[in-house]
Amino acid sequence: MTDATTENAPNFFVRRETLPQEAAPLSVAGPIAWVRSNLFNGPLNTILTLLCAYVVVTALPEILRFYFIDAVWTGTNRDACLADKIGRPVGACWAYVADRYQYFIYGSYPVSERWRVNIVFAMFAIGVIWLLWNNAPLKKLGAFFFFVLLPITAFILLLGGPRATGLLHFLVWITLALAVFYTVLSFVPSLARFYTGPALLAVEEAAPPWKRFYRPKRLILMSLVAFGIIAMLENSIGLPRVDTGLWGGMMVTFLVAAVGIVFSLPLGVLLALGRRSKLPIIQLLSVIFIEFVRGVPLITVLFMANTMLPLFVPQEYSPDRLLRPLIGVALFAAAYMAEVIRGGLQAIPKGQYEGAMSLGLGYWQMMRLIILPQALRIVIPGIVNTFIGLFKDTTLVTIVGIFDFLRTIEATLVDPTWATPTTRGTGYAFAAIFYFLCCWGMSRYSISVEKRLAAGQRR
Amino acid sequence: MSTLSTEPARPGKASLFYDPKIRGYVYQLLLLAVVVFVIYEAATNAIDNLRAQKIASGFGFWNNAAGFDVNQKLIPFSASGSTYGQAFWVGLLNTLLVSAIGIVLSTFLGFFIGVARLSHNWIVSKIAMVYVEVVRNLPLLLQLFFWYNAVLKPLPDARNSIQLPGNIFLNNRGLITPNPIFGPGFSMVLLALFIGIIAAVGFYLWSKRQQEATGKQYPNGLIATALVIGLPLLVFVLVGRPLSFDLPQQGRFNLTGGLQIFPEFVALLIGLTTYTAAFIAEVVRAGILAVSRGQSEAAHALGLRPGPTLKLVVIPQAMRVIIPPLTSNYLNLTKNSSLAVVIGYPDLVQVFMGTVLNQTGQAVEMVSITMAVYLTISLVTSFFMNIYNKRMALVER
Repeated sequence: MTDATTENAPNFFVRRETLPQEAAPLSVAGPIAWVRSNLFNGPLNTILTLLCAYVVVTALPEILRFYFIDAVWTGTNRDACLADKIGRPVGACWAYVADRYQYFIYGSYPVSERWRVNIVFAMFAIGVIWLLWNNAPLKKLGAFFFFVLLPITAFILLLGGPRATGLLHFLVWITLALAVFYTVLSFVPSLARFYTGPALLAVEEAAPPWKRFYRPKRLILMSLVAFGIIAMLENSIGLPRVDTGLWGGMMVTFLVAAVGIVFSLPLGVLLALGRRSKLPIIQLLSVIFIEFVRGVPLITVLFMANTMLPLFVPQEYSPDRLLRPLIGVALFAAAYMAEVIRGGLQAIPKGQYEGAMSLGLGYWQMMRLIILPQALRIVIPGIVNTFIGLFKDTTLVTIVGIFDFLRTIEATLVDPTWATPTTRGTGYAFAAIFYFLCCWGMSRYSISVEKRLAAGQRR
Repeated sequence: MSTLSTEPARPGKASLFYDPKIRGYVYQLLLLAVVVFVIYEAATNAIDNLRAQKIASGFGFWNNAAGFDVNQKLIPFSASGSTYGQAFWVGLLNTLLVSAIGIVLSTFLGFFIGVARLSHNWIVSKIAMVYVEVVRNLPLLLQLFFWYNAVLKPLPDARNSIQLPGNIFLNNRGLITPNPIFGPGFSMVLLALFIGIIAAVGFYLWSKRQQEATGKQYPNGLIATALVIGLPLLVFVLVGRPLSFDLPQQGRFNLTGGLQIFPEFVALLIGLTTYTAAFIAEVVRAGILAVSRGQSEAAHALGLRPGPTLKLVVIPQAMRVIIPPLTSNYLNLTKNSSLAVVIGYPDLVQVFMGTVLNQTGQAVEMVSITMAVYLTISLVTSFFMNIYNKRMALVER
């Protein structure tokens, strides 16, 4: 009623609804304003913008032309990539990468045995995804898979070799027997009772540590590990042996990186705990190790592993040529990891330690259940950064004569089959893409973890 | 149950096994025993192995004739008359040379890129970002290969050298520049430079005290420039310009004369500089971002103009954050210079751990000496860093 009357009322000029907002003038919003405020505000910025634009405009088409438009994609030897042979300007010689990619991945690993490498690669990929994917189920199992099962399987599959004999053989069977015995015990409690007596089972918690292994879960893990070690020593699968001198390419790069990652983390935790320990000798030894390793270049550590390690052990146990740099890399990475983890340990407030102690937890329980889970979570970005550094440093094993990915590229560059003026640029570009994708992927992951952790801290 | 004990319950005596103190001792003794055992085993094995392989031990090699030559040397060295000891110094000086120049250049480049990344200019900051991301995520070794094999090696040979302005030639044997020849009076110029630097520092300290006492400001920059550059220049002219250049001459087949800067050195320098600069850029960016906006706003509110704000408020606070990681980047550069071995630049590792080790076979001595050098450098640096950090630490209530 009233509405109608007001609507029809004459000379009623009061506006009844708010107007839609005016668009901002073009000088303060929209692309033109953005360009003006971000690219051309002031003479200095204008000059810089024009300079940069010039560089981009001249360089980008050149790069595109070299790597895509003029590139050669197919061919079987150097003739495909020579300008005077095919009668047009030649850019990158991708045919060379296509021809040699098997060598880049496997090195000189025998063609008929490469399926073994593929299995390890697949397991590695599964392990990585399992551990990195946020909501993956059974993370603990994943960690076990990656840190225990994968190394053992990789060792057995990649190396192969004849059965062990003599004392080793005997030891292997003893371990196997023990593992089976423990497994049976864990599944048949009455047997265990017969073996230990019911009182001991009942007060298992009060028992000294070495008698606490009668828990089925732990037993299964133990027996698995024992079985793995057995299989590793015995190598009973009977695959033909592939000498480490034939290993090469991405396989070795990933191997060095994975060994560094798998061993540096636990070693780093131990060293960091040692450095913060109140026991003077342990602290001193940890500090000496960490500061010594961090004070010298990786190359000297690799040289040391390569030339001095064989001197330090009896001649007959002289370590394999590939094993030496692996030990060097693992120890080197462990020292850096220790410093990262120490940062995390220092960031945990004292109340956490005191709370744990007031609950009656011992040192290792306190560390395992209260401190380390928090400390490691804080330093995940730092840990990933150490991994990135480690991944880049794997290239240095070249210097002690290991055929890693970069070395296989260098090796193909001197091969006359593909000797063209543009092969080198192509090979380096391919290597750059590989390393960039791996390192950049890792750094993206660490940034996303950082963000997720920061979200938890926000209130 | 009928009688209650009136004695206060004494704390039960824990068995020795559970006494944390005793456990601590036992663990430490065990660890020590293991370490001592490992070292003992390693040492005896090493002695046995060395004897079996008939390798001499000890440092007697130091004065033996080297019998190899090194292309880049800062001190006299020749294949016929020099010893392994001199080879060590040649290598060490080359390492220090490339590290020192690399540190200076990467600092400039790094600060420039770090500031560029924070620029409001979209294209400038994006280019800086791409640079940092690409360079940081590629192995240094690949970059060295790139600079040496893909950029410097394909340069034309000596006959077709590229001529740059100022009598500089570029070919696949390196960069040939005019060689400065210092006349007899040049030591006076160096002395003047030294005095100038000391005087400038003295003046700066004096003027700072004056400013704190009276508030009067002096043109520090101008006077320092005059003392450091003007004074030596004046002496240079006064003693009759004792400096001439040996210019490289383009012959029929080769260039003669001039100062040859080897491509190995150039490649290593470029590689180290660009690589470290990317890390320094990130350090600088983090340092500047760490100074809260309120600081510069407060400075503006006090009436400081943008220049003094940056100089007196933002940079001193940013430096506190920047300097510790900056030094660790300098150390990294020095350690990374050992990658010279892959492109054949005669640094400490290449000369001593490579050539000398191959000739003598005395791995233990070579590796220990080389490691000791790097260890000394980094321990000395971290010693000074600790002093600096103590001085710079925020004094809180």
